[in-house]
Amino acid sequence: MKYDAIVIGAGMSGLAAGIRLAMFDKKVVILEKHSIPGGLNSYYQRRNADKGGIRQFDVGLHALTNFIKKGEKAKPFSKLLKQLRLSYDDFKLCPQSYSKIVFPDMELKFSNDFELLLNEVHEKFPHEIDRFNLLVEKIRTFNELDLSLEYSSSRSVLKEILKDELLIEMILCPLLIYGSAWEEDMDFAQFVIMFKSLYFEGFSRPEGGVRTIISLLVNKLTELGGEIRYKTPVVEILTKDGVAFGVKTASEELLAPVVLSSIGYPETATITSEMTLSPRVGAMTFLESIFVFDQKIPLEKNDSTIIFYNNASKYSYRPAKDFYDETSAVVCFPDNYEPLKRDGEGTVRITYMANYQNWKSLEKEQYAQMKEEVGASALSLLHKLTPQFEGKLLFQDIFSPTTIERYTWHLNGTVYGSIDKTRDGLTPIKNLFIIGTDQGFLGIVGSMLSGISMANLHGLMNEI
Amino acid sequence: MADVRQIVIDIISDIAPDEDVTNLDDKISLREQLDLDSMDFLDIVMELRKRHKVEVPQEDYPKLATLESCVSYLSPKFA
Repeated sequence: MKYDAIVIGAGMSGLAAGIRLAMFDKKVVILEKHSIPGGLNSYYQRRNADKGGIRQFDVGLHALTNFIKKGEKAKPFSKLLKQLRLSYDDFKLCPQSYSKIVFPDMELKFSNDFELLLNEVHEKFPHEIDRFNLLVEKIRTFNELDLSLEYSSSRSVLKEILKDELLIEMILCPLLIYGSAWEEDMDFAQFVIMFKSLYFEGFSRPEGGVRTIISLLVNKLTELGGEIRYKTPVVEILTKDGVAFGVKTASEELLAPVVLSSIGYPETATITSEMTLSPRVGAMTFLESIFVFDQKIPLEKNDSTIIFYNNASKYSYRPAKDFYDETSAVVCFPDNYEPLKRDGEGTVRITYMANYQNWKSLEKEQYAQMKEEVGASALSLLHKLTPQFEGKLLFQDIFSPTTIERYTWHLNGTVYGSIDKTRDGLTPIKNLFIIGTDQGFLGIVGSMLSGISMANLHGLMNEI
Repeated sequence: MADVRQIVIDIISDIAPDEDVTNLDDKISLREQLDLDSMDFLDIVMELRKRHKVEVPQEDYPKLATLESCVSYLSPKFA
């Protein structure tokens, strides 16, 4: 079979790239190993033992970043809508109420209105407000999308501008855990992308969760004549003299002059025999506990959407030494997006940093035991944050680094991919390009923009 | 003779449906008057190819800056 382009992986970046190529009459196929689309942001369901029905869950989605109001222009989300020719209303975005960063004796709130964070910093770090404004100005005028930028440490840049280490730690905390493949630090361009995505723009959640986005993308692709094949792993990227010309699946060879891979840079390297680089596998991986209660979880008068919790003055962002690290957590209340609903079951998702090697070493029985332990730890954190809550636990599910590995085929269960990114998507193999997480744009919106920009650059602008 | 000005406006209103294209000044750059970025200009070029089989090589993208320059650059290609 001959195509104009082959995309490996039907996650957010692969679907977006496929749409762009199909929009301009390229014959494109997306090959997906799993039986459903979504990649790292997929979905699943579990039977409800009490009522006989089924409950729907998102795999990874806490929040969609880069929130805009309808009609806002020149923002990542508005660019995405234009490029994919989707309408704002289709996403059914429900904005967050507000979120907070909770350290011992200090809290900072932020919302989809940046003024809230500015006021919080002004009130709680009055000695830092002028320097914080300088930082904000630097971020506002920084061109983070310049593909030729050199990597630099965010911590060093922050320390040059801010003096209060606690403020630096608190600002970094959500940005690191929502998008850094590096340990303890992140590239400054990535920091700027994340700062704008989280603090300038903010969070929302599509009504219906990640399925809403995935079905929009799949429908659009199909309408345009693009093809998706599920349960179709690519076993080899075909190359000759350093040039890719197609892929091999279990049953056949598919040929194309352009191959876009969204499966990760190291993962792509393992199926490309002529690849001369060995991109490093990242170490950041997570555990997530999902609890369903018989009632919604009240926090305070105004319900926060996400709590970035850290029980130390410094924020440590690195794999857990043991199996998990309960010093810090992200606690997400997916019910607390507008309009708040107060009746029905309540859900909470609690994420810890984890350690892949340790989880991988467990036998089946120990694995189940360890998941029980994690669940108990997460429940006690929830109790600490909401001491008055006495809901009845109906269901709990925990996914570990090995679960992530099993369903996404990311080496070592990484969530943010390799620590070696390729911003321009280029690899040592001609006509083989990296899109998605390892191109360097993270999150759902980032991944889609990655697929779009790489398809534009390598699939449309260079004449196929 | 094709109405090149209208062809370009039709494309812009399809790729940027929220923009008001009714009162454009032909001599002022499109970017100044509308929320268009380099990705949108790529779409203008791609739509010209898809709908009208007109090719615009990458080095000529700057010639699409204003409606006036679009008309003078594209008209021979439509002839």
